[in-house]
Amino acid sequence: MDDILQQSLQQLAEIQSLAELDLLRVHYLGKKGVFTERMKELGKLPPEQRREAGQAVNLVRDNFQAALEEKKLELESKVLDTRLASEAIDVSLPGRGQGGGGLHPVTLTLRRIARLFENVGFAVVEGPEIEDDYHNFEALNIPASHPARAMHDTFYFDEHTLLRTHTSPVQVRVMETGKPPLRIIAPGRVYRCDSDLTHTPMFHQVEGFLVDESVSFADLKGILYEFLRLFFEKDIQVRFRPSYFPFTEPSAEVDIECVICGGVGCRVCKQSGWLEVMGCGMIHPRVFEYVGINPESWSGFAFGMGVERLAMLRYGINDLRMFFENDLRFLHQFRAS
Amino acid sequence: MRFSEAWLREYVNPPLSTDQLVAQLTMAGLEVDGVEPAAGEFTGVVVGEVLALSPHPQADRLRVCQVAAGGSDPLTIVCGAPNVAVGMKAPLAIEGGILPGGMKITRSSLRGIESFGMLCSAKELGLEESQGGLMALSEDAPVGADLREYLQLNDVSIEVDLTPNRADCLSVEGIAREVALLNGIDANPHAVADNPITCNDTFPVMVDAPEDCPRYLGRLIKNVNRTAKTPLWMIERLRRSGLRSLGPLVDVTNYVLLELGQPLHAFDAAKLQAGIRVRHGVAGERLKLLNGQEITLSDDVLVIADEKCPLALAGVMGGAESAVDDATTDIFLECAFFAPTAIMGKARRYGLSTDSSHRFERGVDPQLQRRAIERATQLITEITGGLVGPIVEAVAKAHLPTRNPILLRESRVEKLLGLSIPRDQLTSLLTRLGLNVELLPEAWRVTPPGFRFDIAIEADLIEEIGRVYGYNNIPKRNPATHMELQPVSEAALDIERVKDLLVDRGYQEAITYSFVEPSMLAKIEPELEPIALKNPISSDMAVMRTGLWCGLLDAALKNLNRQQSRVRLFEAGLRFTRVEGNITQQKSLAGLALGSAHEEQGGKSRNIDFFDVKSDLEAILRLASHETKVKFVNGKHPALHPGQSAELILDGERLGWLGMLHPKVEKELGFETRVFLFELDQDKLLKRTIPVFKSLSKFPQVRRDIAIIVEEQVTAMSLTQCIETLSPLIRQVRVFDVYQGTGIETGKKSVALGLILQDDEETLIDVKVDGVIAEVLARLAQDFNAKLRE
Repeated sequence: MDDILQQSLQQLAEIQSLAELDLLRVHYLGKKGVFTERMKELGKLPPEQRREAGQAVNLVRDNFQAALEEKKLELESKVLDTRLASEAIDVSLPGRGQGGGGLHPVTLTLRRIARLFENVGFAVVEGPEIEDDYHNFEALNIPASHPARAMHDTFYFDEHTLLRTHTSPVQVRVMETGKPPLRIIAPGRVYRCDSDLTHTPMFHQVEGFLVDESVSFADLKGILYEFLRLFFEKDIQVRFRPSYFPFTEPSAEVDIECVICGGVGCRVCKQSGWLEVMGCGMIHPRVFEYVGINPESWSGFAFGMGVERLAMLRYGINDLRMFFENDLRFLHQFRAS
Repeated sequence: MRFSEAWLREYVNPPLSTDQLVAQLTMAGLEVDGVEPAAGEFTGVVVGEVLALSPHPQADRLRVCQVAAGGSDPLTIVCGAPNVAVGMKAPLAIEGGILPGGMKITRSSLRGIESFGMLCSAKELGLEESQGGLMALSEDAPVGADLREYLQLNDVSIEVDLTPNRADCLSVEGIAREVALLNGIDANPHAVADNPITCNDTFPVMVDAPEDCPRYLGRLIKNVNRTAKTPLWMIERLRRSGLRSLGPLVDVTNYVLLELGQPLHAFDAAKLQAGIRVRHGVAGERLKLLNGQEITLSDDVLVIADEKCPLALAGVMGGAESAVDDATTDIFLECAFFAPTAIMGKARRYGLSTDSSHRFERGVDPQLQRRAIERATQLITEITGGLVGPIVEAVAKAHLPTRNPILLRESRVEKLLGLSIPRDQLTSLLTRLGLNVELLPEAWRVTPPGFRFDIAIEADLIEEIGRVYGYNNIPKRNPATHMELQPVSEAALDIERVKDLLVDRGYQEAITYSFVEPSMLAKIEPELEPIALKNPISSDMAVMRTGLWCGLLDAALKNLNRQQSRVRLFEAGLRFTRVEGNITQQKSLAGLALGSAHEEQGGKSRNIDFFDVKSDLEAILRLASHETKVKFVNGKHPALHPGQSAELILDGERLGWLGMLHPKVEKELGFETRVFLFELDQDKLLKRTIPVFKSLSKFPQVRRDIAIIVEEQVTAMSLTQCIETLSPLIRQVRVFDVYQGTGIETGKKSVALGLILQDDEETLIDVKVDGVIAEVLARLAQDFNAKLRE
């Protein structure tokens, strides 16, 4: 029996695969295997020898079987290792499918502005881009041949039809139909016939206004001051400088401390330390009269801001014209926002 | 408005530095746009007098000058300026002096002759842009005096960007009035005395349009000295205000315009016929203006005419024929008040903008004319001499603007500004504004002065109070307003949500111009008539887009040229069309995709196809709950491939388009790759249906797959629609395979359909399912000549 054991273990040691192992298992342990045959032969021995001989066969078979199990585990482990090795990938390769698109920085800025105002109850309203001169000018207290019309380089379709030069006509349209109190912001495209390094013939504005029983310039200052600090997420200086718009009175321009240089003076702020970011004022009584709201009972403020300007300051963009060139190398920079 | 600081300080001199003054003006609403030094930085330049000249022995163009410079002996100076002359006084940079730009003056030898300094031009001293030979100084300039002190060059020009309401500040006197107000001090305007009348000649004046010209003053000044020169001090002040010297007569009118804000005009009296007539133009009349431009008048334009013809465009510009020139000896000086409405828009109509029209259309003080004409007379006679005739005045008092009293209520001030200012302080502030103030209980009755055209109603006064009080002294407050819940429509899908979806599917948002190139638009949407701009900024931005593809295609092309091979763009915005003569502005959402279907990953990449983009659209439709309602039907769009384009139909109306750019257009535009486009109508897209619950079946689903053979032009949708309506048991029909090729007759295709059946009442048994399938096959055979594929 020792020879058999010796030989079987020898053969086992030479096995390379699970398939060979199975053949060997059948050869020794199968129904017609070596050990099975040996057991069958026990019957031919004299009864007194059977027990001992049986034990000897069992012992050898058990030994072989144990060795076989061990070999099997070893081979299985090898197979697994091979599979793992063969299935290894370069995990640094990019994922499959669509790469991320992105929103235009103007949209990102518009959303940010809208969200700040919506949080305190302002509703977003849009208006037409092809406007009539009544809503764009006249009802905003800019009669024909008013010098302020020269300040708006207007695109015309005919004598009375034009591309809106600001989002303020939405103010008129809302007040014509809506009843105060009103809290509105109106974002959108506006157009001026002007194109150079710092002007594009189309740009975006957000108009905002609030009409209630007792709204004051102090309220206007409060809300815009907070807005600008929250928009830039910075404790910046804000100042209100007297100005003139035919549709507000008093009127102001809002300057912020230059966010590029921190107010010490740089190229962007023309060394002044201040950047003009908004126009605003108390709604002119004549505008209220045009839309049929009694200026004795109601007061309100309005403001307007250039979206590209705010986006440029927020994201450090130094060329206005990039906004409408739609260069993917530019646009992709805002994907993460 | 540009002015010299030194000139201003002659009127009012607050204890402020230039920077402080500039900041004060800006914060009072007179925004300072720029501050420029009156001259370049230089030192060591004195008044020199050329005593003698001799030619340079070595150089034809140079001369050797003996120049008195205040020292005991004249200095030898080599000079190349052609206008150098004996007796001339000119700036002399002496040894040790430094010129603008840092050039240091040293004793140096010029072609063998030692020069002890340099005679300078205005350009070399940073006074002028152009080179004009040696700068000639006045005959009375003190030899040896420091030039900076003599010419008061330690001065700055301040440029104020005035808003249209502040016409009262379009003069040095006006700015001075404002500075005095802001500093609580007095301004000292020049007293102007009446000039003695030295000649009794007059020229008649008739005003035919008194409503447009309520006041017209004129006088003759005769025998003016033709050779007189404008004094340097006046040239300097004009220069620092941005005006060039054009001879004493014009210079004086410009000077008074700057000083007082009143435009004047000097006519050559010899060129006038019989009398001045202020009248409206006659349509078709022609007038040649001072700048050489010949204009055609219309009857709403105000002109100054004589009995023969129009002489000047009133308040805008004089005419060439009646202009003063070097030969003029007698002038007729005009000083008028034209109503702003008469002048507004007229200059612009003729493409002009003059200092005069700028002031008249904003409003000139109607009480200023006599003072201004006397001031101009005084200056003219000082410079050119001459005999002064009496003033002829035509005035229509009824048409002069009146300043009505305005009621100002304390309560309104507080309500609109949001702060309470003590009454005494307010009264004093109103008085300082130059208003006539009458105290009333809890109010004031105030009358504004003639120069404040911008103050007419209570709100104007409140603005002035806020402005002078200081906007930055008004508190900040959070508005307290009514709290009211607002309706929120659940059926309204937000376009921002759709944008986010496209972004997540790899699209980049673009914003393109709303105006496009007409020829490109004609290639894409030839059937729509675009709305054309009357005054486009350029020919490639001449018409409004009728759809959003033009801009996206243009952006894609530009990106391809920048080596971007994969482009996915979308844009949301308005499209503009004319429908039955009316302009319509519809919100649209469009997209473009080209290049590989997915980002390059290392594995195999394939080009994008129709169904990639369709799946993006289906995702949008799912958001909008239209997924099952929208039909993609073969459509014909001029810009799309006829075999790969679909019109999207929602509830019988067009929702939009999807397809491949037509190969012809693709080539015309210069693409070398296939481009897929879609466009959807936002208003239709964004109305979604609010879900209504349907109870779930307790019984299991059964799926049966069938494959049928039909003509290849039979669409999948027509098959599924036909099957879906056949039996209430059919819950869903899926197309899971379409096959053409081996085993299928040419011109036919095999379509594999998966039918999902379910009953709400019982478990479906095979017999019942078989019955439905048989019915389906029979119907398909009938409607589509479909055969079951074996």
